[in-house]
Amino acid sequence: MNKRKYHIIIPFLAPSLILYITFVLFPYARAMYISLTKWRGLTPNPEFVGLANFEQMLNDRFFWNALGHNVGYLLVLPIVTISIALYLAFLLTQGKVRFSRFYRITYFFPQVMSLVALGVLWSFIYHPTIGILNGILGLFGTEARIAWLGNPDVALGAIGVVVIWQAVGFYMVLFIAGMESIPTTFYEAARIDGANQWQVFWKITMPLLWDTTRTALVFLAIGATDMFAITQTMTEGGPNRSTDVLATYLYERAFLSSQFGYATAIGVSLFFMVLILSVFTLRVTQRESLEY
Amino acid sequence: MAEITHTRQAQTFSLPVLGRVSVRVVVATSLALWAIAVIFPMVWLIYSSLKTDQEIFFSPWTLPQQPQWENFSRAWDKVHVGQYFVNSMIVVIPGLLLTLMLSAMSAYILARFKFPGNRFIFYLFLSGMLFPVFLALVPLFFLVKDLGMLNSYEGLILVYVAYSLPFTIFFLTGFFRTLPSELHEAAIIDGANEYQVFFRVMLPLAQPGLITMGIFNFLGMWNQFVLPLVLMSDRSRYVLPQGLSFMLHQQYYENDWSALFAAVTIIMIPTLIVYVIFQSKIQKGITVGALKG
Repeated sequence: MNKRKYHIIIPFLAPSLILYITFVLFPYARAMYISLTKWRGLTPNPEFVGLANFEQMLNDRFFWNALGHNVGYLLVLPIVTISIALYLAFLLTQGKVRFSRFYRITYFFPQVMSLVALGVLWSFIYHPTIGILNGILGLFGTEARIAWLGNPDVALGAIGVVVIWQAVGFYMVLFIAGMESIPTTFYEAARIDGANQWQVFWKITMPLLWDTTRTALVFLAIGATDMFAITQTMTEGGPNRSTDVLATYLYERAFLSSQFGYATAIGVSLFFMVLILSVFTLRVTQRESLEY
Repeated sequence: MAEITHTRQAQTFSLPVLGRVSVRVVVATSLALWAIAVIFPMVWLIYSSLKTDQEIFFSPWTLPQQPQWENFSRAWDKVHVGQYFVNSMIVVIPGLLLTLMLSAMSAYILARFKFPGNRFIFYLFLSGMLFPVFLALVPLFFLVKDLGMLNSYEGLILVYVAYSLPFTIFFLTGFFRTLPSELHEAAIIDGANEYQVFFRVMLPLAQPGLITMGIFNFLGMWNQFVLPLVLMSDRSRYVLPQGLSFMLHQQYYENDWSALFAAVTIIMIPTLIVYVIFQSKIQKGITVGALKG
């Protein structure tokens, strides 16, 4: 038996391992090396240049510009998305709410659509002539014809709104799942002690939802370092690089200007940012876990 | 009597905020507003896809005077949505089946067999989830190119499978661990060999886990954008999201907006129908999948 078990272990593990090492681990490892080279893709072997790419990055204002936009998203998207999602989740778990099922189904729907399809849809909405957003604002008396994605001052925010719009339903479902697993006896006890709804939310619901909130924060933070699909679809980083993020800038450097070494160095810094950010978020939000 | 007061208390407790009319109005309005914000853009998209270009440009709000069904046939043929759709199917269906099969096999081994290196291999698979895919783009492009698989369906399928393995194996390993080991022993005593135990006993039992991962990976592959963007540059092999993005950028020169509206509608409607039918499974598939990560 002991020897024979390898007759199943090897054939069952080998295909996955080979695929995974070839297409996932090997490229990641090679990326670390490519980031230390200068390479235009014409020669088989990249030229080793040490940390030159990273030095170049420090002086590259387009890099800082893109990074700045990621940081902007990072500061705004998680907090806004979580606030709206929590608010809606809270409303939907307060006893019987009319159309509650309908709302849960509706809110979640954007999550299953591709970000590209939603990006195209919102490009229509934001369009200065065919779009409806300016029309809606017109109802409130603002007769501006704003080209939402054509104006460097508002384009970044316009993309952020789409991302919040599509993510809220997902996090709401997460929070509802968390809220529904809190034993009702806790609420009854609080009620007997004379707590009002506001106190119940902050003193019971939130602390018990803390783990879900942390997960949501990490997801949203990682999402804010990506933003590729939506940005590439809606603006390709424009106008005037006003919506460029690290991922679109990396893509441009690699596949439009063939600076493969430099692009990969941007990828390496992106990786370290994600890593530090995840650890940081989990550390800062660490509290004694509440068992129930 | 005590029983009755207890239930009544629980009930009045669950509705205290809603008791006051003003609060009830705020709740109803908030919920309705967000629903409108989600639904209206899609409704607008669908009815606009039946309008002429003139109507789209000069009266963005109104309903179509006469439904222009030929927008859809134009989108399907001339704008190539049909082709992109077929390409997506060619890549996603084998990619998904292969992912589930390979992951189930590996997860089963990692969950049920003791051998030196088991833990190491498990964590090796997990490590793939640490990295952002953007880090791999350049080496991956050259690797696929060197293998002669740029612009090929096989290349994209293998890459999709490879990047889906870590999470799927992680999830299914947890799943296989929960299955009782007596089943395995009983089947062996009944004379089944290890392969039969896996395919006849374990795999059917793992069905709920496979469905969850099936939904999760289907959406991930169907909506994948950056990998095909890098690995499929031949326009006749574009997959849907890629084709859609291309169409949008092309529209600024070609100005066939009505066909583009129809194209997005064509992509949205099947998703919507499938979602409404399977919504509870899908919501679970995505959120459970995400929470374990």
